[in-house]
Amino acid sequence: MGKNESAAPAVRARGLRVVRGGRVVVDGLDLTLPAGQVVGLLGPSGSGKTTLMRAVVGVQTHVTGELDVLGLPAGSPDLRRRLGYMTQAPSVYADLTVTENLRYAATLQGAPRGSVERVLAEVDLASHARDLVATLSGGERSRVSLAVALLGAPDLLVLDEPTVGLDPVLRRSLWDLFARLRDAGRSLLVSSHVMDEAARCDRLVLMRDGAVLADGTLAELRARTGAADAEGAFLALVDAAGAAGAA
Amino acid sequence: MTAARTLATARRVLAQLRHDHRTVALVLVMPCVLIGLVAWMFDGTDVLDRFGPVLVGFFPLLVMFLVTSVATLRERTSGTLERLMTMPLGRADLVLGYALAFAALATVQALVVVAFATWVCGMHVEGPVALMIAVAVLNAVLGSALGLAASALARTEFQAVQLMPAVILPQLVTCGLLMPRAAMPVVLERVSRGLPLTYAVDAMQHIAAGAAWADVRGAVGAMALFTAGALVLGVVTLRRRTG
Repeated sequence: MGKNESAAPAVRARGLRVVRGGRVVVDGLDLTLPAGQVVGLLGPSGSGKTTLMRAVVGVQTHVTGELDVLGLPAGSPDLRRRLGYMTQAPSVYADLTVTENLRYAATLQGAPRGSVERVLAEVDLASHARDLVATLSGGERSRVSLAVALLGAPDLLVLDEPTVGLDPVLRRSLWDLFARLRDAGRSLLVSSHVMDEAARCDRLVLMRDGAVLADGTLAELRARTGAADAEGAFLALVDAAGAAGAA
Repeated sequence: MTAARTLATARRVLAQLRHDHRTVALVLVMPCVLIGLVAWMFDGTDVLDRFGPVLVGFFPLLVMFLVTSVATLRERTSGTLERLMTMPLGRADLVLGYALAFAALATVQALVVVAFATWVCGMHVEGPVALMIAVAVLNAVLGSALGLAASALARTEFQAVQLMPAVILPQLVTCGLLMPRAAMPVVLERVSRGLPLTYAVDAMQHIAAGAAWADVRGAVGAMALFTAGALVLGVVTLRRRTG
């Protein structure tokens, strides 16, 4: 990969606007996410997190404004080899085994031999390799879905609520995995509505009503609001925005 | 579009079918039961010889239309299609992968149904049986392609299932099976020329009556054109970006 590419921000949005079903879901969003970081996208349900992620991976229609991903316009065919995307609902075939799901995706991604075994180990599902996805628990299914996103060794991972429904031990092991991927030079955009996961992110983007409420490190947000944790910071920012709007 | 990704998609769809024994059993057994019923009911007449080949051609179209439209709708609603569209997979890879997988299933279906109809029920085919099977497989690909294109119109499984009568039944009425096309009102006869099932039934009726390749290549060519058109429609209606 060239120097210019690695220097490009993971995501850069200017005046991003998305209309879904006649409703403006993202309205004039500006955002620059540096490469090589774990960025947590936090915010309540309906705040536009999934829509922003869909726009980043290039499957969202009615997107206007500027949106560059790894230095290329979002949706560029060249990006399809460099992105790993995990949708909120586990997007895997329930009527295939774990390995069959991964083999198919590996062929599509042109992933090297051994990738299937590597990602199975990364999400701790090697013991379920031959099981039908339909027989797995919700948390296991979502890990299969995450494994698919990890297959092609992508430069940018866009993960929509990857830890939802997982027990604390698994959640910790996944966040450890995200940190290792970041250390290997990858960029990650991870959405969550579990605020205590904010501590594991290099940078936080708080969203509300389709706009960025705050963007910075957890330390910066705490200093700005005087709150003890991400949840407190978020609530303080919501209150401040509400007060400003009412004034 | 690449052969590797098209074939991987076909293999994946076939693997899904392999895990779904009940669907495969229905696809293979149901047409045999219906052919058997016709043979039993019209025992001692030439009805099976005249209409059996038409049914052998009709089943793959019907079944593959239904299976494909529901399978692709499931991909759209489960999020698997959304993720596929972020991957280096051409839209034509996906459509052709589905068409290939269902053509393979249809080949097995045609072999089983023709074997059952000729050996068990005693259906006589004057023309070449291999040609009859080839037309049946082409019908299956046509049905898959139409199902893929139609699934773009459906938002729910209920709608997808309703599309089958909407797309297939009018063709069944005008294809010449219920009434010879020459006896139809002029307008309906003209309409029937624009519908693919007409050519499938025409080819099958001729093969049943002893026609060779040279006699049916016009009808088979028309079916191939409709199939290509439906595949293109399937690719065009598949969107990378959705709302």
